[in-house]
Amino acid sequence: MSQKEHDKILLAHGGGGQLSDQLIRKHILPRFANNTLAELTDSAKLNLDSKSICFTTDSYVVKPLFFPGGDIGKLAVCGTINDLAVSGAKPVAISVALIIEEGLSFDVLDKILDSIAATAAQSNVAIVTGDTKTVETGAADQIFINTSGIGVRLDGVELGFGNIKAGDKILINGSIGDHGMTIMSLRQDIGFQSQLKSDCAAIADLTCKLLTETKGIKFMRDPTRGGLAATLNEIAQQTSFDIRINDARIPINPTVQAAADALGFDVLNIANEGKFVSVVATEIADDCVKICQRHPLGQQAAIIGEVVETNDAPVVETTTRIGGRRIIQMPYGRELPRIC
Amino acid sequence: MLRRIRQAQLLMDAACEIAGRPINIMEVCGTHTVSIFRNGIRGTLPKSMKLLSGPGCPVCVTHQGYIDTVLELADRNDCLIATYGDMIRVPGKGGSLETRKSAGNIKIVLSSEDALQLARDNPSKTVVFVAVGFETTTPATAVVVKQAAKEGINNFCILSNHKLVVPAMQALLSDKNNKIDAFLCPGHVSVIIGYGAFKPITEQYCKPCVVAGFEPMQIIEGLAEICRQIIEGKPEAKTLYTAVVTEKGNLIAQNIISECFEPMDGYWRGLGKIPKSTLQLREKFGKFDAFKRFGVTEKPENDTTGCRCGEVLCGLIDPPKCELFGNVCEPQTPVGPCMVSSEGACAAWFKYGRRKKQNG
Amino acid sequence: MCLAIPARIVKLEDDRAIVDAMGNQFNAKTTLLPNVKLGDLVLIHAGFAISMIDEDEARKTWQLIEEIDEFNDTQNKVSG
Repeated sequence: MSQKEHDKILLAHGGGGQLSDQLIRKHILPRFANNTLAELTDSAKLNLDSKSICFTTDSYVVKPLFFPGGDIGKLAVCGTINDLAVSGAKPVAISVALIIEEGLSFDVLDKILDSIAATAAQSNVAIVTGDTKTVETGAADQIFINTSGIGVRLDGVELGFGNIKAGDKILINGSIGDHGMTIMSLRQDIGFQSQLKSDCAAIADLTCKLLTETKGIKFMRDPTRGGLAATLNEIAQQTSFDIRINDARIPINPTVQAAADALGFDVLNIANEGKFVSVVATEIADDCVKICQRHPLGQQAAIIGEVVETNDAPVVETTTRIGGRRIIQMPYGRELPRIC
Repeated sequence: MLRRIRQAQLLMDAACEIAGRPINIMEVCGTHTVSIFRNGIRGTLPKSMKLLSGPGCPVCVTHQGYIDTVLELADRNDCLIATYGDMIRVPGKGGSLETRKSAGNIKIVLSSEDALQLARDNPSKTVVFVAVGFETTTPATAVVVKQAAKEGINNFCILSNHKLVVPAMQALLSDKNNKIDAFLCPGHVSVIIGYGAFKPITEQYCKPCVVAGFEPMQIIEGLAEICRQIIEGKPEAKTLYTAVVTEKGNLIAQNIISECFEPMDGYWRGLGKIPKSTLQLREKFGKFDAFKRFGVTEKPENDTTGCRCGEVLCGLIDPPKCELFGNVCEPQTPVGPCMVSSEGACAAWFKYGRRKKQNG
Repeated sequence: MCLAIPARIVKLEDDRAIVDAMGNQFNAKTTLLPNVKLGDLVLIHAGFAISMIDEDEARKTWQLIEEIDEFNDTQNKVSG
């Protein structure tokens, strides 16, 4: 019996019955095609060669759903891949859980699903399991996505705060603030036209390259919410070392800086979605920069500072462009536009 | 560039030596406060030169009573509150706009125009625009009040807390205990009022008044110019921010301010009552005055928290001298407005200054 | 107080303008500067143009900023 094709999500699409089946078989399965998923069992059965597994999860609620440089689907996959990547793992498989508001058009949903599929495929990551739920109008803002991911730790790689020593260098693979300022420019209330573009990207290929081609990478983290400032402060807090950086060495796109200036934001506090911060041994710092710069996601890579011994409460401190010094605090958690 | 910094430092050293005592320069502009900290300028100055952070941040000098009045209006079902982002976290007695449960009717705007548009788009609600700011920002409010009058947008009103800088500077200098030797004057207020507006201060009190821009070199050279005037014994009102600041300022902006507003005595956080220092809408535009429309007044202030923002604002103490600083009062949990505002002296000090281990 | 940014007028109709700051375009009103023209460099605060910017004077500031950046680049090369 042929089923009526709907152009938007109804509550029944999450009901576990015919419409759910239609949603999965017609929209999801063809896009996420792989043998594991096709079995549609309650759990994915994975065969992994290693006992050193990394496992992570993240949820995505970004508005708007589509933005220059990406969309919620791409973001959801990259975010989880990147969490695995900075843990020293090669991402292998992810799950995708969707919470969809009644009324979301299939046009929009299909675009998001296409994006999820393409992003995962580009990183050779299989989508092996998932879930869909639907909620009444108003109970979710169009669509929320959760992804969880499994990765296999690279041989001999053990990243952690404990490895960090005084004298180690701080590496970043490119410019900061691009994603957060792009999203900000699209807000209803304070938006503006711009050429800004999110840096949303899966960095696993680059991190795996670095970790396999060098010895002496101590730690990595992706500076998402809270930006570079939050990540550096976390490192300082956990290691009790000072982090000293130099304003002049931090790569920032002038359009991003101008947009931040216009709204009164600090670029250091703004989210990034295609970047990682790494603490590396001094001896390999230059090599790391070179490896990054040869990769499409690391062309603006730079050493921005170093780890320094201290007897005081650890701080993140930067040298300013005129040779002054200032401390970089942990951000509040919400940047507010200001006129004063 | 190094040469210019060195030259500036030489002038500052010479001035301090001639004075034979620390030189205190008050900067009356929150954006200067931020730039000074962000660029680490204090570290490049001679030890005997002290930069005092004055009442140059409109958020910081906002009386708690005003915030409480805004919160009272925010609780009304028939009101939409339109505010610049700066005011969202300022604490009143009953919380802040941020913590208010009625956050659904609080909108952040980047411009007074957006507030007026909100009124056009929501005819069944009254939009109350939280109109704070010094002379740089006041013309923007005046323009939309006139526009509202012209178009008959009657569901729009403003709760004015616009303040004037020069009366505040005069009030500070008239306090016999003040330690101010000179003012680094606000760059963008001066765009509107002109650097000539500071002449009464140089003439009456013989204190240099120099307008500087916000880049670190501009600030350093502004301080150096002040020192030059001290060395030569010739205080004057002058601008180094010549790209945008003239002697007379923006006359159109000044005219629109005086068309819509008149100065009255007003309360400043920590400074108390300053004559003719706050602006209220003239009778002609009375129906756009939220104080009149809702019959509200600024609530009397009764601050028992131990907050010493007032003394910080007058340059009498540095933020770390306040017992609450860094303990109860931090950017995450601000007690006073100097900690809330990203330009506030306490926030800048906390954010950019060094902290030592408590038991170190 | 007062964040204000330099921006160039790229569209102008009566007192409504679109201004460009390094590729970011904002709405702005020119009510306070009735004599502005397309292409003028102005100072924008809270959605209003409040002053023309004298480009010669501004250039001096930008040159200084560039000097500082060049100085820092040299320092970076030296210290590696």
